[in-house]
Amino acid sequence: MYAQMVKSEATQDDPEKLAGFQARIDAGEKIEPKDWMPEGYRKTLIRQIGQHAHSEIVGQLPEGNWITRAPTLERKAILLAKVQDEAGHGLYLYCAAETLGVSRDELTEMLLDGRMKYSSIFNYPTLTWADMGAVGWLVDGAAIMNQVPLQRTSYGPYSRAMIRICKEESFHQRQGYHIMMKMAQGTPAQKKMAQDALNRFWYPSLMMFGPSDKDSVHSAQSMKWKIKMNTNDELRQKFVDQTVPQAEFLGLTVPDDTLCWNDEKGGYDFAEPDWSEFFDVIQGNGPCNTERRAARNKAWDDGAWVREGLIAHAAKKRAAKLAAE
Amino acid sequence: MTDQTSLFEYLLRLGDNTLVLGHRVSEWCGHAPVLEEDIALANTALDLIGQTQMWLGLAGEVEGAGRSADDLAMLRDVWDFRNLLLVEQPNGDFGQTLMRQCLFDAWHLELLPDLTRASDDRIAAIAAKALKEVTYHLDRSSETVIGLGDGTEESHRRMQAALDLLWPYVGEMFTPDTVDDAMHAAGIAPDLTALRARFDTRIDAILAEATLTKPDSSFAQSGGKTGFRHSEHLGHMLTQMQWLQRAYPGATW
Ligand SMILES: [Fe+2]
Ligand SMILES: [Fe+2]
Ligand SMILES: [Fe+2]
Repeated sequence: MYAQMVKSEATQDDPEKLAGFQARIDAGEKIEPKDWMPEGYRKTLIRQIGQHAHSEIVGQLPEGNWITRAPTLERKAILLAKVQDEAGHGLYLYCAAETLGVSRDELTEMLLDGRMKYSSIFNYPTLTWADMGAVGWLVDGAAIMNQVPLQRTSYGPYSRAMIRICKEESFHQRQGYHIMMKMAQGTPAQKKMAQDALNRFWYPSLMMFGPSDKDSVHSAQSMKWKIKMNTNDELRQKFVDQTVPQAEFLGLTVPDDTLCWNDEKGGYDFAEPDWSEFFDVIQGNGPCNTERRAARNKAWDDGAWVREGLIAHAAKKRAAKLAAE
Repeated sequence: MTDQTSLFEYLLRLGDNTLVLGHRVSEWCGHAPVLEEDIALANTALDLIGQTQMWLGLAGEVEGAGRSADDLAMLRDVWDFRNLLLVEQPNGDFGQTLMRQCLFDAWHLELLPDLTRASDDRIAAIAAKALKEVTYHLDRSSETVIGLGDGTEESHRRMQAALDLLWPYVGEMFTPDTVDDAMHAAGIAPDLTALRARFDTRIDAILAEATLTKPDSSFAQSGGKTGFRHSEHLGHMLTQMQWLQRAYPGATW
């Protein structure tokens, strides 16, 4: 998911207030920025929404990597529009986080110095054009699994951001799948590229949902507050069940020998990803962590003079206007 | 030159300008100084790519050799490109990118209204659509040039450096050659020299507000729109842009 392993914060509030708050959530009410909320709820949300926003922003990089090499004008335009959407998603989410009392700049600094995380998936490289297909199909597909239920999350601004975002994400997934289809039906080289992309992105996509959280206290609290709507395992299962037939339709092979349909549970049995790899990535040792952070830091540092210049100009304009009044 | 040949050449100029500039602007994606700028740059690039599809699509039609807009974009070499030298210049810093954009937009916005009255309806229609987009492009690029020119000491210095660097590429936009003359005679394109005064008025106003000094040299580099001598930068851009089509000929994507 775009927000993985979000630690929920302990809360030490007045039990009566807490109970009232929980009752509102249980009744399906939305919590709005001016409403009372437990400190733990607020902090957990900031962490989750912030991580989600950062994922959208860092997520621009692996796909941005292919904009200048897109094979046709139309593909270039579609990809560019997609990456632009992701920047827009980042913007909505930072705005949602701001309603909780944290500024975009503060969150950005925490991303840049590594205090805040983004989804593990964006630390994998995009090596061929088929990766643009695989990312749209699998990565946006996995994101949708999580974000559709989050449209019903208890925090109003987050829920509304999710509703806007989900509309665009399903476009992304369809476009990604369409790229895969073209390639799977294309020349032998294209087909090989498509299979290779699936081979590389399958397990990292499964990791997006995070490790099994059946025993996690944090998940239980977040689920009670409707910040988290499903368990990681539920979502992963749903994703596999949806994706395997799509891969079959493409004539591609999911890189899992153990994969098979389980009649009893009405879903596929599948192999777990290598969780030690996942923890390596989370800890900064993924194939592209260094590059991703360096790219964000460079954009921010190189842009400092621009931000300062524009702020200085706006201040001059204000001063001139005041003097004229 | 027959009329159709000049028309084809002229359409390549229009389409290659937007293709090359759109590509350059798209290089920023994910790396801009603020999120809003990232989104705005992508918007500009998307508009330019859309215009490219129309101009080069029409160019292919006029040529009548069965080449699509994509064929023209992806399968020609440097000497066949007809874009202005200005648009192939590298992005440099954000200020240089926006200065390049502003100079191009200011020219583009003088050219397009005349093209909407072209004797060829197909050209008039594309120009009308592009005009709306380019009006917005210039609003934005000029505002940024003004904001940064009249911002901090550093932003001012960088914008002046960008202007000094790019100014020698302005003249090519207004220097007519046989293709421009033929298009003017056919009632398609305006007299380029007549655009210059309007451009100067507009740019002078922008630069004054930006507290920037227009270089007093009128020296102009040339060779882009004729294809005679592009800069070294264009070849590297094509290497990247055309790579997939060149490496896997005949594949569809
Ligand atoms: Fe997104
Ligand atoms: Fe996404
Ligand atoms: Fe997306």
